[in-house]
Amino acid sequence: MARVFWCILIRDLTLAMRRRTDVLTTLFFFVIVVSLFPLGVGTERKILEILGPGVVWVAALLASMLALERLFAADYEDGTLEQMLLTAQPLSLLVLAKISAHWILTGLPLVLIAPLVGMQYHLTGTAIWVMMLALLLGTPILSLIGAIGAALTLGLRGGGILLSLLILPLYIPVLVYGAGAVEVSRIDLMDVQPYLMLLGAFFLIALILAPLASSAALRISLE
Amino acid sequence: MSLNWFKLASPASFYPVAGRLVPLFWILTVGLLLLGFYWGFFQTPDQLGGSNAQKEYYRIIFIHVPAAWMSMWLYMVIVGWAAIGLVFNTRLSFMMANAVAPTGAIFTFLALWTGAFWGRTSWGTYWDWDPRLTSELVLFFLYIGYIALHSAIDDTRRADRASGLLAIVGLVMVPVIYWSINCPDPTQCAALHQRSDLTRIDGNILFSMLIMTLGFWMYSFATSFMRLRGIILTREAESAWVRELLSQENPK
Repeated sequence: MARVFWCILIRDLTLAMRRRTDVLTTLFFFVIVVSLFPLGVGTERKILEILGPGVVWVAALLASMLALERLFAADYEDGTLEQMLLTAQPLSLLVLAKISAHWILTGLPLVLIAPLVGMQYHLTGTAIWVMMLALLLGTPILSLIGAIGAALTLGLRGGGILLSLLILPLYIPVLVYGAGAVEVSRIDLMDVQPYLMLLGAFFLIALILAPLASSAALRISLE
Repeated sequence: MSLNWFKLASPASFYPVAGRLVPLFWILTVGLLLLGFYWGFFQTPDQLGGSNAQKEYYRIIFIHVPAAWMSMWLYMVIVGWAAIGLVFNTRLSFMMANAVAPTGAIFTFLALWTGAFWGRTSWGTYWDWDPRLTSELVLFFLYIGYIALHSAIDDTRRADRASGLLAIVGLVMVPVIYWSINCPDPTQCAALHQRSDLTRIDGNILFSMLIMTLGFWMYSFATSFMRLRGIILTREAESAWVRELLSQENPK
């Protein structure tokens, strides 16, 4: 079982490394969206400190969502996905491997670039640490939930817009607690704990249920 | 009298049954709504609440609360039919889920719309990020997502199953979304909706609210069945019984 997981994970990562620009596009999209806000709302320090966490999270939501289309699309087009459905291995395990690869390629870079983005918004050192921790817990949830939508909209015309319509409402809890954690860390660092614990709980629930739902969705889309 | 439920699960045999039920539900709708409006306008007190009383405008409650209840209930109905369809592979249950969705979306919109007017008069604002307002808005998005996904897929079988799965995922998320908007610490964010408690409401107000809810419910049945008949005819257009039906109605 673990071998299958690793096999798919390494394969997806290798494929992505052959075309590195795809990974960088998501990352730069994130940076550009975050950089646009100060130009729109003004560069006053106080406003930016308040807006910062929310803007970073919304940008992370959008970046992770835009990358979702690629999760199954290439494998769907060349028929690999159908072969995966036919294997004796549990489909949800294969899907989980693909989601993990997707997160490493789109979620993890966002976590790592967060300090840089945080500095644009004059966030303090602790706030940046909290934001990185919240993103580390939150971005996998985005990939997990997003995979359900990506599987449902596989091969549809106008898939991208439709995907955002389906998935963005489901992202709300992550946004609320992710941004909330950074927000309360400016008042008292101890208040951060419940937010991070709830994010962790969401992560565990999504980790169990999302691969099952996505593989059910894949079977519907490919039957 | 024993009723064969499995017979009704076939679109061909449910089509005439729905046709006979539609006028009945319309009569019930009109009757209940007239009674509800009469009771709501003439048998209830002119104002609501104690020190900071809400005057005549509180009567929006007779549209607002039933619409909000129905919006949530109809989503459950969609999920229920979708789940039955996914498990038992029945065509009619997906058609039913599909027929209910627009009515549910309209009730959600109606609840938000009437809420905005009520909010304007009593809170002084059309919109606020109150937990219930926000979760009703999210419910509206879920309805729109369901309808959009269904209409984006040309293959009916895939459309039914995919949007059904989406509805179920949405239902799992609803409590999570509700509590996340409601925030973990209630002292930190104020909610504009006071805690509702049906036992504290004046009997006449409660009566007209419940009558209006029943009226809306019957309206949902009537419109869903009408839509269902349309869906059945469209999907079964190639089958023998529909051709026969059409040739009876339009003899050449």
